[in-house]
Amino acid sequence: MSRPYGPHILPSDITPEAVFMDRRRVLAQGLAAGALLGAATPLTALAADAAATDRYKAPRNARYSVTDTPNSYEEITGYNNFYEFGTDKSDPAANARNFKPTPWTVTVDGECEVKGSFALEDLLSPQTLEERVYRMRCVEAWSMVIPWVGFPLAELLKRYKPTSKAKYVAFTTLNDAKQMPGQRERVLDWPYVEGLRIDEAMHPLTLLAVGVYGKVLPNQSGAPLRLVVPWKYGFKGIKSIVRISFVEQQPRTSWSHAAPNEYGFYANVNPAVDHPRWSQASERHIGGGLLAKRQATLPFNGYGAEVASLYQGMDLRRFF
Amino acid sequence: MVALLPALGLLGGALQVGPVHLGADPVRTLIHECGIWTLRLLWLTLLITPLRELTGLNDLLRLRRMLGLFAFFYALLHMAAWVWLDQGLDGAVIVSEVIKRPYLALGMTAVLLMVPLAVTSTNAMMRRLRKRWLVLHRLIYVIALLGIWHFWWQVKKDIREPLVYALLLALLLGYRLVKAAAIRRAKARSALATARGKTAAPAP
Repeated sequence: MSRPYGPHILPSDITPEAVFMDRRRVLAQGLAAGALLGAATPLTALAADAAATDRYKAPRNARYSVTDTPNSYEEITGYNNFYEFGTDKSDPAANARNFKPTPWTVTVDGECEVKGSFALEDLLSPQTLEERVYRMRCVEAWSMVIPWVGFPLAELLKRYKPTSKAKYVAFTTLNDAKQMPGQRERVLDWPYVEGLRIDEAMHPLTLLAVGVYGKVLPNQSGAPLRLVVPWKYGFKGIKSIVRISFVEQQPRTSWSHAAPNEYGFYANVNPAVDHPRWSQASERHIGGGLLAKRQATLPFNGYGAEVASLYQGMDLRRFF
Repeated sequence: MVALLPALGLLGGALQVGPVHLGADPVRTLIHECGIWTLRLLWLTLLITPLRELTGLNDLLRLRRMLGLFAFFYALLHMAAWVWLDQGLDGAVIVSEVIKRPYLALGMTAVLLMVPLAVTSTNAMMRRLRKRWLVLHRLIYVIALLGIWHFWWQVKKDIREPLVYALLLALLLGYRLVKAAAIRRAKARSALATARGKTAAPAP
């Protein structure tokens, strides 16, 4: 069940990107020829994807980026939690290969004036992409620095004209055990649901990501559309979103439902409130190697200046 | 000797030579792997007695001490990796963590209980302690239970892996319980038989 030593890939085993892309181009040409002969149509789609891999090169928004060195692409996309593909942190990369992020439809509904189901392209076309280097703190007390490509969630939400009754936003992940083998086990109550208070959702730091390192988000990282809330624990960043609902009541979110004493709805990074079974005071930064010291965890993951005011007067021990 | 291979593999991974890679979070991998190998070797130690009784292969007994000592070796590595690599030898934090987190206290207790067993594992000690050696080494059952509890308590949500280990332990301990019950019943029966024999004797 557990995969003991992670992927057995040496840096030297990885095909240099230029060679890889070149090979794909050759492949695409061959396939295009094949397609003319009426064969292998699904594979041409794959070749088209490959050509679009670098599509998301976007200018960095320095105002909202940290200056820490980002983790490597391999670390970010090879070590993460995405229980829909298995519970080990190497499972998503191993099991998400056959996942199909295109075509993709997102339903917007609830307390808003504009609702319906929208093709992802239509959802994205009015948005301007930007790169943001964010800190990511997992509730398991490890952390990374990740160069996301995306746009502020607020910009998208406003287009659907939420009414005054929209107090929260709920997000839902695709529920399809055929594509997401982890859903065959009832580890969590599928589909995965996350949510934010409307002011959190509208905060300029809250990002909808479609890429990482200038590339299209790989399947294991939540393709084609995922949430990133850098001052909250990583599990708030719901992946492969198919539904966005404006709601009046606080939504029943997956982890806080699965273990309410361990995971709260807010899940703000807070070194002063421990997980019942481990300390949140410090974290292991991925990529530091064997002898790196743990680093202190910062309130709101270092984004306190921007977001602490959202929680003024709230007891953060109670609303953890 | 085969039991040394995982440790060598992990050491190679730590030094970045050889086939084993510790992944993005090498500290976590080291701690986890040493912990898992502790349980595996402990379970194998507990498997010797049933296996010997069921197959009649008495030579198996010679393996038991080595397996037990290797379990202790991995438990020490597991604890050392946590104390040193993860907690950076910060005494105050370590003490407060062990007090605050029951699963750490359980694990720590299990390792400490293994110490007297390792110390008394020599032939000389066995001879010296005689009956008391057998009683002392029953601690292994307590240690195994603490070990599985420690494992169970630290998983986030997916309990399938600790469940497998727990079921295997239940088999290993269940075998002993059934056997003990059978022996007790046999004794009771023979006691009854002798008692009947006595009352029957002075009849006519």
